[in-house]
Amino acid sequence: MTTAVFAFYLFATVLLVSAVLVITARNPVHSVLWLIVSFFNAAGLFVLLGAEFLAMLLVIVYVGAVAVLFLFVVMMLDVDFATLRSGMGRYLPFGLAVAGVILGEILLATSGWLGGAGVAFPGLGVPPDGMSNTQWIGSQLYTRYVFIFANSGLVLLVSMIGAIVLTHRQRLGTKRQDVAAQVARTPANATRTTQPALGQGVEL
Amino acid sequence: MIGLSHYLAVSAALFVLGVLGIFLNRKNIIIILMSIELILLAVNINFIAFSSFLHQVHGQIFAMFVLTVAAGEAAIGLAILVIYFRNRGTIAVDEADMLKG
Repeated sequence: MTTAVFAFYLFATVLLVSAVLVITARNPVHSVLWLIVSFFNAAGLFVLLGAEFLAMLLVIVYVGAVAVLFLFVVMMLDVDFATLRSGMGRYLPFGLAVAGVILGEILLATSGWLGGAGVAFPGLGVPPDGMSNTQWIGSQLYTRYVFIFANSGLVLLVSMIGAIVLTHRQRLGTKRQDVAAQVARTPANATRTTQPALGQGVEL
Repeated sequence: MIGLSHYLAVSAALFVLGVLGIFLNRKNIIIILMSIELILLAVNINFIAFSSFLHQVHGQIFAMFVLTVAAGEAAIGLAILVIYFRNRGTIAVDEADMLKG
């Protein structure tokens, strides 16, 4: 058993076990942590497939951003998760039935696929001309797929604006600094000159 | 020797686990969102396995776009979740009936 074969079975096993724990963990915080484990193992599978750039991207984007976002939201919400778990046993048979049907369909579909009838798989894809994997992706991404690439940036911008607009809340009744009002303040409307009579004081 | 079918089997199992997670945690929308992430991860494994075994880079590029959309979807989904919790005080999906749909 070579190292690559051992690594594949290790990553695949840990990936599937942690995926099971994601959907069955009692505590949602544990679910997020198992999700992080499964992302790391999927990144390992990507490295085995020769896609180093995507593996690093998966670690940075998913573990570094998406999982932390999930963790923040899970810890921020004060929810009784025990009541949300009720009825899990009731949904299990139906869920297993649907999962079994989908798995059977996938197996039927992929076992009938002939790989383009005669396409041989001589091994893992290597980039041409000694390029690195990142160069290979970039050479296509910035030429053939440049419009889709720009549009995916637009998708991220729109989702960022959407998330901010959705969650931003203008609190009423709080005192905030109004810089424009401060700058527009002049001695004429900020001070008052009075000449009080002796012993009477000033009415404010 | 690890072939394409091994990766496809892992990806199919991960996809089915994601679907099962949606059914099991029908009330908890956070776990449902995580299950959707698992499903998208399975799709990405499929894309990259085919890309690698067919000696084409396009699968990896599309996996990147899937990653982009998944990140945006998670951000928007969690934002909706936060404002829903702020308004209702719960995140139970089966009580989400304000739109009378």
